[in-house]
Amino acid sequence: MRRHRVSATLGTLLLLTALAAPVAAQAPIKIGEINSFSGIGAPFTGPYRQAVEMAVEEVNAKGGVLGRKLEVVFRDDKGQPAEAQKHAQELVASEKVALISGTFLSNVGLAVSDWAKQNRVLFVAAEPLTEALTWAKGHDHVFRVRPNTYEQGRMLAEKAAKLKYTKWAAIGPNYEYGKRAWETFRDRLKELRPEAQTVGEHWPTLGKIEPSQFVTAILGESPDALYVSLFGSDWIAFVREADKRGLFKKMFVVGILLGEPEYIDPLKLEAPEGMLVTGYPWYDLQLPAHKEFVAKFTKRTDKNPVLGSLVGYITYLSIAEAIRKAGSTDTDKLVAAFRGLKVETPIGPISFRASDGQSTMGAWVGTTKLDAKRGVGIMVNYEYIPGDRVLPSDDEVKKMRVGN
Amino acid sequence: MSPSLVLIQLLSGLAHAMVLFLIASGLSLIFGVTRIVNFAHGSFYMLAAYLTYTLAATLPLGAAAFYVAVLLAAASVGLAGLGVEVALLRRVYRAPELYQLLLTFALVLVVADVVKLFWGSENLTGPAAPGLAGSVEIAGQLFPTYDLALIGLGPLVAAGLWWLFYRTRWGVLIRAATQDREMVAVLGVDQARLFTSVFVLGSFLAGLGGALQVPRQALTNVMDASIITEAFVVVVVGGMGSVPGALLAAALIGVIDAFGVLVLPRASLVVPFVVMAVVLIVRPWGLLGRPEVQQRTAGGAIVTAGTVRVPPRWLAAVLAALIAVPPFLPTFHVWVLVEILAFALFAASLHLLMGTGGMVSFGHAASFGLGAYGAALLVTWTKAPMLLAFAAAPLAAAVGAALYGYFCVRLSSIYFAMLTLAFAQIAFAIVHQWYDVTGGDNGLLGIWPAAWLAGPLAYYYLALTACGGGIALLARIGRAPFGLTLRAARDHARRAETVGINIRLHQWTAFVVAGFFGGVAGGTFAFLKGSVFPNLLAVPMSVEPLVMVLLGGVQAPAGAPVGAAIYKLLDTVATRYTEYWQLVLGAILILLVLAFPRGILGVVGDRRA
Repeated sequence: MRRHRVSATLGTLLLLTALAAPVAAQAPIKIGEINSFSGIGAPFTGPYRQAVEMAVEEVNAKGGVLGRKLEVVFRDDKGQPAEAQKHAQELVASEKVALISGTFLSNVGLAVSDWAKQNRVLFVAAEPLTEALTWAKGHDHVFRVRPNTYEQGRMLAEKAAKLKYTKWAAIGPNYEYGKRAWETFRDRLKELRPEAQTVGEHWPTLGKIEPSQFVTAILGESPDALYVSLFGSDWIAFVREADKRGLFKKMFVVGILLGEPEYIDPLKLEAPEGMLVTGYPWYDLQLPAHKEFVAKFTKRTDKNPVLGSLVGYITYLSIAEAIRKAGSTDTDKLVAAFRGLKVETPIGPISFRASDGQSTMGAWVGTTKLDAKRGVGIMVNYEYIPGDRVLPSDDEVKKMRVGN
Repeated sequence: MSPSLVLIQLLSGLAHAMVLFLIASGLSLIFGVTRIVNFAHGSFYMLAAYLTYTLAATLPLGAAAFYVAVLLAAASVGLAGLGVEVALLRRVYRAPELYQLLLTFALVLVVADVVKLFWGSENLTGPAAPGLAGSVEIAGQLFPTYDLALIGLGPLVAAGLWWLFYRTRWGVLIRAATQDREMVAVLGVDQARLFTSVFVLGSFLAGLGGALQVPRQALTNVMDASIITEAFVVVVVGGMGSVPGALLAAALIGVIDAFGVLVLPRASLVVPFVVMAVVLIVRPWGLLGRPEVQQRTAGGAIVTAGTVRVPPRWLAAVLAALIAVPPFLPTFHVWVLVEILAFALFAASLHLLMGTGGMVSFGHAASFGLGAYGAALLVTWTKAPMLLAFAAAPLAAAVGAALYGYFCVRLSSIYFAMLTLAFAQIAFAIVHQWYDVTGGDNGLLGIWPAAWLAGPLAYYYLALTACGGGIALLARIGRAPFGLTLRAARDHARRAETVGINIRLHQWTAFVVAGFFGGVAGGTFAFLKGSVFPNLLAVPMSVEPLVMVLLGGVQAPAGAPVGAAIYKLLDTVATRYTEYWQLVLGAILILLVLAFPRGILGVVGDRRA
């Protein structure tokens, strides 16, 4: 009997908490941040969050924006689109946030973006990579910070086209990201080197790769070069198997994102050398503003920054700048402010294109090498390619966005 | 492909198969003896992997550290299994069988966050196995030494288990209990101890599997979920409770996987489930399992006592509140209510199957997802008006249910459950991979209600009409002669047949009806979210309504909506206030199961009686 009463009280309490009216927003400007803090995106969002908090503290230390402080309300989408969309509803309706930001996975980004379009709420996507977000499914209320799949695929293709390899194989997760990352690369490569041919494509299930089978299959096709869009745990498992089977000695490897500390650091000294990758050589960038960013982030977290940290930092600098420019938190004014918005970032100035809301933040393309001192793989001979060098023109964008 | 590569591919498949075998044999043993569908098996696997990672790095034993760590980690996880069995599962053995499933589900949540707390959520790369880190040349190809060692280890473990089962008294008891545990109990064997020992051994095997994965795979917080469904496939294909079956099935699945990659690269997601469905249809008890002995109570027999009824005036009060209160609620709360309504109907439709019909479905997400996709595809491809698409949702789900239900109702109890799981996974794989039509993992967007229904209140009342009406209809069906017939078939299939009832036809009809209402729920959810994604058909979506029905009380038709409301509220609140929502939700679920071992309404009903 008593046990039941205890549970009943517990239940009532929880119900009350759930239904308690939210405290109305006062002075601070609230920003809703939805991201995958659990689920398959979780390994990559922690350092992002830390940088977001750092950026907001810095903005607030300088007096905030429009005389008000910024406050970020974090929500965990669990890697599920429907969950993210529920948080968006809550953040706008109950927390009265000025805008929604964040997301890591492409499908979550698309779901929040579609909700933002329907409800006329501003959505600043930080990390999702799908091109559809700003093009095929683009609309006025969505902006994106990180360079998308198309941009990075093209950057790699332009470098790869200068090399001697013509027989290509590809492996990536059976997700849109994995496939598009390959298709944009392949198409651009064929434009530049018509003799390039594909000898095999492999699509293991995301997060469940059993790599040995794929390594055998790829070896059996004996390509000159392999294009990899695996990431996270799949990539780690693949490297371990491929290395033991001598794959890296038999072919040249191009890997999208694989120079990012998110993906190369966990491999420690098992990281393959000599790959052509996009990534983030934070340890080597000489811009004073960037050195300061690294110093602050390392001091704050005792960890190196990863690309997600840089993106998180830039995202919130951009948001603060947009609010400043708009002089208001009104959605229409914010949207207008984001169009063509110029932001000073640790890696130099970027802007958000008026035609599609894509930022001109670029990526570093280089070759991997082991750094015995730090015990991880790094990028050498890299070049920073700004986004505008590979982005389609405004006219092309207009065609892709027809009917949106 | 050259013969040497074929050989290597075969070996690759077998190496993977051996890890699968370790995990699946543990799962199979636990199920065979205790009848617990142990969702937490994957969590033990994950926990051992992380323990190995830490132990191997800290034990001051040089090259031996890794191997000691593997054994220590597996043993610790075996001990954790002991703790779980004694402290938690034992308390609910007297409840209907599936309540243990609810506990193991809660454990999955708790362990996931415990791992996150101790090891963080970043991917970790464990050490290589000292002495086995390199590779050997086989037929001109390099092959990892470690994988060869695994291929050798698998049969060794199998032989050890065989010795245990056929050469010790304990093993005799285990085999006897797998076949007829009530008889074993009647003969005076201490069941509690038997169950505990099996649970420990099973957990140890899961732990061993996890520990041995460390040199091959990355450690992630989601490695539990990625192994558990595959382990179930192996258990089912091999035969529940059969260790040699698990070995054979693991080898089969491993090799089919390996060559499937070469022959049908895009089908890798679906192949194991097609194999499982075919085996279940052709030989339900698995390759080396035995046909189930006719139990003294037929079917799943998860409902022991009579039905708990809720007084009509309570229902009237709830309905009045649902109609009158929402206009005064903040917008977001109205949206949460819509979601609860959709899930209440989803759970109620499952209740018709598992409560009234005694048919526990592990794949009810299929009806939800087919409903949602039915509506969304119509909107996307024909620009159909919203209400038409909304009406199409239940039809799509019912047609789907009729198709796969035809096969499912030929099986009973766990085999039924596993076939529903297989079909749901096949549907998931199709939706996930058919980019041109379903948009694949990017889903279908822009599935919004018509303008006049788009506001929170308008949509709420639509959902209340559709879902509330659905729940009422389901309750009516449960009380109608049709429902009573289902109950007769559930409680004693043979007697029901003797009085001339066509059991299969009734069960098939119930399957279609449940699918229909699951589809209404899916349609409601699709227009609430404005988009659909393949995860609407994924395993967690099948587990959620199961948890809701159990939480509310499987004996009470009103239990499903109550369970849905409580679960969704807990989830919404926990997610909002803490990063460790899984820990909080899991802990609360454990407390609820211990306090209400037959579900909330089940226990309330007992007290009134």
